[in-house]
Amino acid sequence: MMLSRTANNLFWLARYMERAEATARLIEMGQRMALLPGPKESNEWRSVMMAAGAVDAVDGDKTVSEARVVKTLLLSADNPTSVRYCLERARANARAVRTSLTQQQWETLNDGWRRFEKMTTSEARKNLGDHLDWVKTRAATFRGATEGFMLRNDRYDFLHLGAYIERANMTLRLLDVKYYVLLPETEVVGGGRDHYQWRSILLALSGHRAYHHNYDGDYSPWKITDFLVLSSRFPRSLKFCYGGIRLHLDRLAEHYGESHQCSETANAMLEKLSTKDLGEIFQSGLHEFIMGAIGTTYRLSDEISDAYHF
Amino acid sequence: MGDPAGPRRPYRNVARWIEKTGIDLLNMRREEAEAIFRRIGITFAVYGEGGDPERLIPFDMIPRIFSAAEWRRVSAGVKQRARALNAFLYDIYHRGEIMRAGIIPEHLVYRNEAFLPEMIGVEPPGRVYSHIVGVDIVRTDAEDFLVLEDNCRTPSGVSYMLENREIMMRMFPDLFSRAKVEPVDTYPDELKKSLAEVAPPACKGDPCIALLTPGPFNSAYYEHSYLADLMGIELVEPGDLFVDEGKVWMRTTRGPQQVDVIYRRIDDDYIDPLAFRPDSMLGVQGLFNAYRAGNVTLCSAPGAGIADDKAIYIFVPDMVRFYLGEEPILKNVQTWRCALQDDCAHVLDNLKDLVVKEVHGSGGYGMLVGPKATKEERKAYAERIKADPDNFIAQPTLNLSTSPTMGDEGLSGRHVDFRPYCLVGAETRLVPGGLTRVALKKGSLVVNSSQGGGVKDTWVLSE
Repeated sequence: MMLSRTANNLFWLARYMERAEATARLIEMGQRMALLPGPKESNEWRSVMMAAGAVDAVDGDKTVSEARVVKTLLLSADNPTSVRYCLERARANARAVRTSLTQQQWETLNDGWRRFEKMTTSEARKNLGDHLDWVKTRAATFRGATEGFMLRNDRYDFLHLGAYIERANMTLRLLDVKYYVLLPETEVVGGGRDHYQWRSILLALSGHRAYHHNYDGDYSPWKITDFLVLSSRFPRSLKFCYGGIRLHLDRLAEHYGESHQCSETANAMLEKLSTKDLGEIFQSGLHEFIMGAIGTTYRLSDEISDAYHF
Repeated sequence: MGDPAGPRRPYRNVARWIEKTGIDLLNMRREEAEAIFRRIGITFAVYGEGGDPERLIPFDMIPRIFSAAEWRRVSAGVKQRARALNAFLYDIYHRGEIMRAGIIPEHLVYRNEAFLPEMIGVEPPGRVYSHIVGVDIVRTDAEDFLVLEDNCRTPSGVSYMLENREIMMRMFPDLFSRAKVEPVDTYPDELKKSLAEVAPPACKGDPCIALLTPGPFNSAYYEHSYLADLMGIELVEPGDLFVDEGKVWMRTTRGPQQVDVIYRRIDDDYIDPLAFRPDSMLGVQGLFNAYRAGNVTLCSAPGAGIADDKAIYIFVPDMVRFYLGEEPILKNVQTWRCALQDDCAHVLDNLKDLVVKEVHGSGGYGMLVGPKATKEERKAYAERIKADPDNFIAQPTLNLSTSPTMGDEGLSGRHVDFRPYCLVGAETRLVPGGLTRVALKKGSLVVNSSQGGGVKDTWVLSE
């Protein structure tokens, strides 16, 4: 048992940390893709912005510059997906529940949280790689401090629920932005452009090497979709995230002696992911499937808040 | 110190150690200590000055030391004072004997802004109003300890007592093996015990205790979360609590849970918008009614603040005699009340030698330190006194004792004061230690952290 506010803070703390890392990886992907000899008009930066939900910032513009992306997704103080915003929110949530965190978790969140506060876009771009690495290291250290030292009580569960919901959300958003490259029809187009496009999706989720381990080399939209949606091994796949959500909801249900609507929602989704194969998903429309899953994930987040009074 | 013969006896061990360690190493260690403070987040907020919103209080590594004999005296004096102040609070909210006896003028109590008529006739468990009494003490000579002021509401700073010791032990373990220093880390347990003892009589079994904080933006938030953590109790914000059927509940992941004792770090004005300030965003609606119904204990009790009012301060030695039938062990600093004509004339004539304070002020704001002020400042202040004499008291500038303190150029004496934290439940408890504040500017008498003061570890040597 704990304060509902504490559960809320832990849930969001984890979501913001996860999001900060996801945004950093997205920017990294954009940077890599911009360096590749693909056709310029593909404009990876634009899809980076869209995947990060900064749709307003790119509305109407055909091309988006790196400077623009750095400003919006790394340094912005009020864009809720910017790295700076996420780190500040994560720390604010942590500060409100310091007593629920281990010393090391807190120190990870407290160290350098003001790093981007006074940084200009040009300063940030000069060492963009270093800054993004730093963010990823923060996230990894926090995760390590959580796994290594945190008591496995309900606090641990709320932290993980937040992380998995956010992660599922990010994978889905990326699929949404890129779904047109994953449509089977485009396979006939072939050629370099699609190759780069497919690669970019894996890069954004750092699933590049894992993919090769699983599928022996060649890129194909089918396999990539299978990997990101149905794989039970890849930790950023939809199925893996929902597996994590179910695990922690089950633990809470056992701990508190009652289960809620959110468990049913999570189970239904997992059931779907376990029984459907890729053919069925494409048949009834990948886009429709993604939109449905995004809706379910939002609803699930609300149901968790309701169930635990936050 | 200040004794031409060298450091006082309790300091000798430390003096030898400093000599052996060397100033350079000590300075290095000071930076280390600050880095630790910053990393674990022991900061306090200063309002409205811009700059870093979360600051560190400068930490001085040379401990302030009490011998066992000195401590016995301070400890007995502080406990005595805490008991008298609580007896006074019970009295003024009930029969008012001390005013009937003509010892304290009625208007100073009943027309005091800190007096809460809503509290008349309320019976707090154990008759305790102020559960944590912080007594600010200075020393002017080898014999006497003087009380500058009492803090009966929610005195802060105890986290520094605990953290300063923690840091000292981490950085200088060998120092502790030479001197036998009484531990202070029992404070959270003692506090929890005291709070549990004042649970409402209706509460059966282990009481549910919570610490009520205004939230992360409060300057003492770090302390709130630190204490809650060490006591293993919930740190609640007003939004976490609600009142239903005259009982107080907190919102938890398993639904509402009843709260029996609230250690509140929120001022009276803000605890309940229904009872006090309707514009308060902070409070819990109906909390005061739940308190009056005896369903929850508030620590400190609403209205306890009148006991640390500067107009009441003057009478604390009389309270000790009146309620306890004892002679006060700790003396007051001589104080002139500008409300009295003769006193006021004396104050205006001697401004350059006096420290003048607002009766209801706190934290070193709005005071005049006569000897340090310019002629113009004194003149302007005199006008303020004349305009509203009731609002001011004056005290002599004291020949405060100094304590050896690290400066960039080595050790030198700086003025210090000292705040022990006396706990009042069924018993009166005092952990051997407290917060020593030090004026880091040479010659300065102001030790408030908001005005450039620092802190030191405080040692009580065992017999």
